[in-house]
Amino acid sequence: MAAAPKRPFRWHIGVFLAPAVLVYTAIMILPLAGTLQLSLFRNINQSQVFVGLENFRMLFGDPNWSVNFWNALRNNVWFFIIHMLVQNPIGVLLAAPLSSPRLRFSAFYRTAIFVPTILSFVIVGFAWKLILSPLWGVAPHMLDLVGLKSLFTPWLGKEQYALTALSLISVWQFVGIPMMLIYAALLSIPDEVIEAAECDGITGMAQFWKIKLPLILPSIGIISILTFVGNFNAFDLIYTAQGALAGPNYSTDILGTFLYRAFFGFQLQVGDPNMGAAIATMMFLIILGGVCVYLFLVQTRLRRYQF
Amino acid sequence: MSRATASLPRTIGAHAILLTYTAIALFPVIIVIINSFKSRAAIFGAPLTPPTPKTFDLIGYTTVIGQGDFIHYFQNSLVVTVASLFFVLLFGAMAAFALSEYRFRGNSLMGLYLALGIMIPIRLGTVAILQLMVASGLVNTLTALILVYTAQGLPLAIFILSEFMKQVSDDLKNAGRIDGLSEYTIFFRLVLPLVRPSMATVAVFTMIPIWNDLWFPLILAPSEQTKTVTLGAQLFLGQFVTNWNAILAALSLAIMPVLILYVIFSRQLIRGITSGAVK
Repeated sequence: MAAAPKRPFRWHIGVFLAPAVLVYTAIMILPLAGTLQLSLFRNINQSQVFVGLENFRMLFGDPNWSVNFWNALRNNVWFFIIHMLVQNPIGVLLAAPLSSPRLRFSAFYRTAIFVPTILSFVIVGFAWKLILSPLWGVAPHMLDLVGLKSLFTPWLGKEQYALTALSLISVWQFVGIPMMLIYAALLSIPDEVIEAAECDGITGMAQFWKIKLPLILPSIGIISILTFVGNFNAFDLIYTAQGALAGPNYSTDILGTFLYRAFFGFQLQVGDPNMGAAIATMMFLIILGGVCVYLFLVQTRLRRYQF
Repeated sequence: MSRATASLPRTIGAHAILLTYTAIALFPVIIVIINSFKSRAAIFGAPLTPPTPKTFDLIGYTTVIGQGDFIHYFQNSLVVTVASLFFVLLFGAMAAFALSEYRFRGNSLMGLYLALGIMIPIRLGTVAILQLMVASGLVNTLTALILVYTAQGLPLAIFILSEFMKQVSDDLKNAGRIDGLSEYTIFFRLVLPLVRPSMATVAVFTMIPIWNDLWFPLILAPSEQTKTVTLGAQLFLGQFVTNWNAILAALSLAIMPVLILYVIFSRQLIRGITSGAVK
């Protein structure tokens, strides 16, 4: 911390910054760098040997690893697509009526719809597991009320449905966040813009599509990148609902659960920190890639619309 | 020209959409809670009805309180959350003050460095964090969790708090300087009390993920002594798969403290999100 010229060295700046920078560097940045470094080594005869990109070659090419890796990556992409396709439209659909002026009970709606977001994954995972369970019969009972009982299957137990069902549970849990952010964006649109639109005869749905939606695009961009980071880092929900093996038959395996199994081992397989580090590195690169795309493409193009 | 007022059909439509979704959002929570107070036969026989005097039964709660060491897990969670929160707020506010108040070489670079952690999750460093904790003998201690959560919470806290600290009037701080107050006194006596509302927002943001985290307790502190309530609930639920009374009671016990805290602090949280703090 070099001081500006002609001034005594300002120790207090250092004192103010030191605790945060130290903890952050020691517990977050260095381990992150350490993990990236570990992915280039392998434990041979009790010592770490530098093997270059060998771990990654194994991860992509060796059938013992690559089948699981590509499966987890594919599932993770599907997990993200469901979030984008369901979570954002529902968020907009809820925020639009919520932001209409003089709506009564809006504080109640806001609070209630945000409740699932504050609950832990353990609660969410188990509660839905119980509700969708064919043993308890809440879900078939509900479907029966609307005459659709024949549609019921144990969704979480079927390979073809389990991942989509879990993605929808995750959407249910997190839809409060896009709703709030879009709600905030809608409230911040200046009245003059809306009035000008009304003078030009643009009202109702047309007003929403032509005026409001372009103005809340920056918020949708932020929501997308938050969702991206959250999804490619997800672990807890799958782990609580389906266990570390991400059953049935790995159909709900995503990068987080794959990392957990590779790092700690499960059943007969021994944990491998170096392969764990390699998977964490891939997750790091994917997330970094997403953030860069957002920063360089989306945000620079969207800034034009901001006030 | 006045702004088009919401017509009656549109108001009804808005309420219909919001009510429907409110029902979807609350339904699983309500169904778990009402069934936790019922006897086993009633849980399966009539899952959608609230408990009646005939079906009311606390057997689930007595099982949970008799079996699990939940009070102890609860204490662990409380210690970890409160301590991490304290350090995040103290260190975060200090760093935010340094970044927003003083102009020094490397200021914006430092800000960028500290903001990295907002986007890159700390979880990706787990492999090396575990090695670090093993090397320093901190595995299975609450200290390990507190350190990790402090590091995890700092980036967003610094980012949000420095936005707010920029709004504190310079005149006030300069008046303090003229009166001979040290920089430390200015920070603790003048600035901190003024940003207290934003500290509350940051506190809520920081607290929820720490309380709910499963990953780090599972990896860094899985021992009986250091289990947090989230991890404890996870293991307990896994053991009692067939005892539905106990599972529903455990879920309800896990939901209620969070729900009560949320109802108390929801204004702070929602104001924090909607004030554009998350940019």
